[in-house]
Amino acid sequence: MPLNPNSSFTPLIVAFCCNWCSYAGADLAGTSRLNYPAQIKIIKVPCSCRIDPMFVLRAFQKGADGVILCGCHPGDCHYSTGNYYARRRITLFFSMLEYLGIEKERTHLEWVSAAEGNKFASTMRKFTEQIHALGKNERLEDIR
Amino acid sequence: MIQKQMQERAKQMLSLGEVTCVLGWKKGDFSTNPQPAVFESEKDLEDLVYDKYCAANLSKYLVELTKKEGKVLVFLKPCDTYSFNQLLKENLIKKERSYIIGIGCEGNMQVDDDMQEIGLLEKCQTCTKTAHMVFDELIGEELTVRQGDDPFEGVLNLEQMSSDERYGFWREELSKCIRCNACRNVCPACNCRKCVFDNNKYDTAQKVNASSFEEQMFHIIRAYHVAGRCTDCGECSRVCPQLIDLHLLNRKFIKDINEFYGEFQAGADTDTPSPLTDFNIDTDPEPGSVHKRG
Repeated sequence: MPLNPNSSFTPLIVAFCCNWCSYAGADLAGTSRLNYPAQIKIIKVPCSCRIDPMFVLRAFQKGADGVILCGCHPGDCHYSTGNYYARRRITLFFSMLEYLGIEKERTHLEWVSAAEGNKFASTMRKFTEQIHALGKNERLEDIR
Repeated sequence: MIQKQMQERAKQMLSLGEVTCVLGWKKGDFSTNPQPAVFESEKDLEDLVYDKYCAANLSKYLVELTKKEGKVLVFLKPCDTYSFNQLLKENLIKKERSYIIGIGCEGNMQVDDDMQEIGLLEKCQTCTKTAHMVFDELIGEELTVRQGDDPFEGVLNLEQMSSDERYGFWREELSKCIRCNACRNVCPACNCRKCVFDNNKYDTAQKVNASSFEEQMFHIIRAYHVAGRCTDCGECSRVCPQLIDLHLLNRKFIKDINEFYGEFQAGADTDTPSPLTDFNIDTDPEPGSVHKRG
């Protein structure tokens, strides 16, 4: 991993993965013995449309430095239309986060299918590097 | 005089038994803060007022009033009819239990702490809603259409700032919040029986911020929950005792929805699906693609 060895900062990244595609994709990355950073904490959700914007805010509050959302490719949703709704919600919500001054690089949405173990691992590596470059998130954290 | 006409028409309808109560405004503690009121007799109706200070949106009161037997006579300004339509669409009020008299409006005034007039309310400066969307009859002359300012000017100004400046701005604004819940209680779109921000252990409203973060989260999530249903009636900013520009959050969502999914005005009719309960397989943008803007 080309992460800076001199820096003591280890980012905490929360990944919300849908049960049917992205979580299986993460499984495939594991069984294929592909490397991806250990700072990624995966939370399994039944569908990408289960992701409430409050989950993302709560993750940031609890100290996450980046949040990545993964779901089935549009058209491949297990529940037929879930990710179309998710796409609209998340588009608006990410836009709102940017409007509030949260760097847009801290949030990301990627469609990952169950066959894309490679894509899962490379997306996670890229995203971790991106968060590493940004540094610690202090904007939405509970500062008590 | 429109107030006289309103009183007479209301008295007439009450005496004929066509309605059982009248929803309007009555004089408050000062002449500059009339408050919403329900009138049940012709004698009470002497107190009905309508002037440039009657800014309160009466639509939300119908949620409770139309649960009761009988019919409610309600006075609605043009912008209030959008909220009425939106509530109708969500099956929260019953059309057959209300009788709408549309009344003309020339913009509402705001007053400062010393009750001195300081110009039009923000929501009236940027008013685009000049016609009644739904009514049973109209009182008062046709409106002179006022050329309002661009409602999205404030949003555009913020969008042009750097992300540090924006964060600074919102931190400053939202940390003023005292969580009085006025914005939530007045909002016609905020009509859940149990709010996500209510205390889940005791049956009470959560009024104190559980953490410094919660005040940020409260307003972000509240704006998100009314996205696609907010008619931009501007009540949240009007009632805020801390003078937070809450409409800037709602208008950001309205602006984004217009930009990404086509022009949409909540409450203009009762049929069009709300943008967040609908989707378009081919033309909806990906979060990543719109994210590169700005």
